[in-house]
Amino acid sequence: MPYILNTEADRKAMLEKIGAASVSELFTTIPQPFQLNRALNVPESLCEMELQQHIIELARRNASADDAVCFLGGGSYDHFIPSVVDVVASRSEFYTAYTPYQAEASQGSLQAFFEYQTLIAQITGLDVSNASLYEGGSAVAESVLMAISINLDRSKVVIAESVHPEYRLTLSTYLANLNKQIVTVPTPGGAIDPAELAKVVDDQTLCVIVQHPNFFGNLEAVDAVSSLCKAKGALFVSSIDAISLGILKRPGQYGADIAVGEGQCLGTAMQFGGPYLGLMACRDEFVRKIPGRIVGQTTDRNGKRCWVLTLQTREQHIRREKATSNICTNQGLFALRASVYLAALGPQGLRETANLCLQKAHYLADELCKIPGVSLKFKQPFFKEFTVQVPGDAPALLAKLLKAGYHGGLALGRWYATLGNCVTIAVTEKRTRAELDGFVAAFRASV
Amino acid sequence: MGLWRRSGHPFSRSPLASASGWFTEYLLSTDGIVPALAEGERLNRIGIFMISNQSTDLLFEMSHSGRRCHLTPACDVPMREAKSLLPADAVADAPPALPEIGEIDLIRHYMNLSKRNMSIDTNFYPLGSCTMKYNPKRHERLSNLPGMANLHPLQSDESCQGMLAMLWSMQNILGEIAGLEAVSLQPAAGAHGELAALLVAEAYFRDRKEHARKRVLIPDSAHGTNPASAAIAGFDTVSIKSGTNGLVDLADLKSKIDDRTAVFMITNPNTIGLFESQIGEITKMIHDAGGLVYLDGANMNAIVGVTRPGDFGADMMHYNVHKTFTGPHGAGGPGSGPIAVRGMLAPYLPTPNVVKDGETYRLDYNQPKTIGRVRSFFGNVGILLRGYCYIRTLGPKGLRSMTENAVLNANYLLALVKDTLDVPHGDRCMHEFVASASKLKRAKRISAMEIAKRLLDFGYHAPTVYFPLVVPEALMIEPTETESKETLDAFAATLLKIVAEDAEFLQKAPHTLSISRPNDAKAFKEPVLRWKA
Ligand SMILES: Cc1ncc(COP(=O)(O)O)c(C=O)c1O
Repeated sequence: MPYILNTEADRKAMLEKIGAASVSELFTTIPQPFQLNRALNVPESLCEMELQQHIIELARRNASADDAVCFLGGGSYDHFIPSVVDVVASRSEFYTAYTPYQAEASQGSLQAFFEYQTLIAQITGLDVSNASLYEGGSAVAESVLMAISINLDRSKVVIAESVHPEYRLTLSTYLANLNKQIVTVPTPGGAIDPAELAKVVDDQTLCVIVQHPNFFGNLEAVDAVSSLCKAKGALFVSSIDAISLGILKRPGQYGADIAVGEGQCLGTAMQFGGPYLGLMACRDEFVRKIPGRIVGQTTDRNGKRCWVLTLQTREQHIRREKATSNICTNQGLFALRASVYLAALGPQGLRETANLCLQKAHYLADELCKIPGVSLKFKQPFFKEFTVQVPGDAPALLAKLLKAGYHGGLALGRWYATLGNCVTIAVTEKRTRAELDGFVAAFRASV
Repeated sequence: MGLWRRSGHPFSRSPLASASGWFTEYLLSTDGIVPALAEGERLNRIGIFMISNQSTDLLFEMSHSGRRCHLTPACDVPMREAKSLLPADAVADAPPALPEIGEIDLIRHYMNLSKRNMSIDTNFYPLGSCTMKYNPKRHERLSNLPGMANLHPLQSDESCQGMLAMLWSMQNILGEIAGLEAVSLQPAAGAHGELAALLVAEAYFRDRKEHARKRVLIPDSAHGTNPASAAIAGFDTVSIKSGTNGLVDLADLKSKIDDRTAVFMITNPNTIGLFESQIGEITKMIHDAGGLVYLDGANMNAIVGVTRPGDFGADMMHYNVHKTFTGPHGAGGPGSGPIAVRGMLAPYLPTPNVVKDGETYRLDYNQPKTIGRVRSFFGNVGILLRGYCYIRTLGPKGLRSMTENAVLNANYLLALVKDTLDVPHGDRCMHEFVASASKLKRAKRISAMEIAKRLLDFGYHAPTVYFPLVVPEALMIEPTETESKETLDAFAATLLKIVAEDAEFLQKAPHTLSISRPNDAKAFKEPVLRWKA
């Protein structure tokens, strides 16, 4: 049995000290009828070599983004991860530590999270970030719980249909029993129509949630949304793509009150959906309503600058049912990865990365639209993802593309009944000209 | 300029020469240090390492305009003006003012920061309720294989059969360990699992038109996430007292059960480290009243393979894979909090789940009664994979041995420390126990905090302190199965040494770490939550 150090002799000595005749005596408080008295029905043990063979065998049955060129997006992206990110995150002192409850023994993580909060404030143009939430979808839900606690007397949550469908599903799950109304604003044109939005945002609206760029890849009229929110006293929640902030205006600049988002794009592998990183930042005035852990700067008894977990009276271990959120374990390791990533890229690197995504996405869109029957579904500006209409059945096309070596995009019919012949395609800075041209050729052959 | 330099680096000021510094205090408390040794040598003798004076500069203070770490490739498609592709008013004039740092400085920064952390790989970390066991290195290698790590969550089922096979197997394994029929791997952590399961319970009662069931009963020793999750799920919470024996007070529970009772959330073993031996009566009382029993599975390390929640009457539970099955905790996360439920609750679980048709696996979204999703994508797969590796390495015998040794280690440590620290709830425990510094505080002004902070000087991470709330001056100690007898012996000997120390000296501990006793009140009153230029 690996990992257990107690030898037979140790066990004997320990039992003696305890004053117990056997290990099973230590379990006598578990009533006999509830004791299992048989071995668990789980597979037999494997040594390291066998385990490795087994996992490699499983991995062989997967087509990873290294096996088939990845044009899938929708919140999870095949961006490049600099090696420094892996090196820092594989440092035992970071990845095998717990939440920094003992500040003196955790200054490394605490400072790294303080830096993370600053970096997220910088990219969002907002004042304060927390130290991470689970991932993008629950971050949207948490932002609404936060908005509820700020706009206590209001009851309506307005969300655009162009927000990630899984984020919207998550939101409705979280709000199921909280007596709030969710109004989904249709986006048949691929982005919010401010006039349509104005019809539903009123003085009962506690917040408006927009994703920018949205699930189809398109930009939203964030300035118009912002003015509307200001006029009606609703909070403006913007769900962001952090990479896009190398080029696009920041939420703080266009008047968002809360920014949330999926931080996987900042140096975390796709890992079939998690663990990822829930981003959240807000204006200063809301800081005592923000969910999750926050690190603050202070001084120690000798006057030395240091960092601690702070504003904990918001949190479940103190406030219990009155806490701003139930979150405890968060996504610290990915906050660390995001920090290293952003520091490694710097302002120029982030801008260039964003620009490469932008350029390559537009090149690919132009080339694909030269294929007869293929066209952009929406007349909207887009960033690194775009939605095309294809002749015939989108899933069938994607199946052919997979055979040709491409994860070709997301078939939208699964989430949008009227978009059964549409595919959303994501292009990161990793895609080379050769891959893009090869994809176009395969697409042409498959439609 | 780094802080060390700004506020005076204790070593550069040669505190050895100063009679007032912390170092002198440390010397007083440490045997066998020869003052005649050279400074560096003396530092090493007492376990203080080489010091880097870079490590407390913030990234932003290290920034030099024009420096870079990561370079991007030239654009290999025809380049156009961003403003010709995007509306002018959507584009920012300049990118965010991120720090500009070269690669070596970036690496040194983080390597030096890492030295200011305790971690399982460097220190004994008996943080109660957190199950800080060894994180096997093979898990890191295997979960980073490109064929597992570089999978997109929305790629087609046929292109990720190996991953789906693993997840399907994990669903079954967790169901077997729970003794419950259905599993959802979606929740991201324990608290998220609590919320998901309570939403499942709510949907179940709504479906049965039992609309009055709006109350969740929670023992006062429970973790704060329990009531916080219940509130988000739309329930009112009712607190149940613990008796003097540390177990649920049955009379109090009985008096609070009625037809408004939806769920009783119980942690078993509870947060005091005791198995709720009346669990049979408790679950019967709840079931007779038409309620459901939820098991907070944070303490599964005490019972895996010995008893199963489903067998002792729990209807739903969460796992903390990052505790019981050793997902590395990442200084705050990630976790993974799968839930297991009884068959009648299965239709309400989040979607998707993995199903097997013949030899093929697929994600099944088709569950009309589902509560929906509690997050995007499938779950914290990277942690589920590490948990799977642990379970596959241990096998049935190993899992039982894990539990037995966790409980043996905890009882042994309890036996060692009970003469040093008061352990109010008896001589036996499950995988952890809660000591109290109450008496020491009264007699010698030594609180739980003092002991915790002084332990750091000796290279031990502190136990969980001031939780559970029902034990005053609580020190919650959980050694886990992966520690040796020698480590436990040495830890107990250190505790004994500490309680003999002078209270004033302890109140200033730690004496050997980079900082000591941060001012929490100041952090709270004048929050500085980011660096500003
Ligand atoms: C008893 C107990 N319940 C619930 C939780 C919450 O779990 P998590 O931190 O994974 O959300 C914890 C862990 O901190 C715990 O110790």
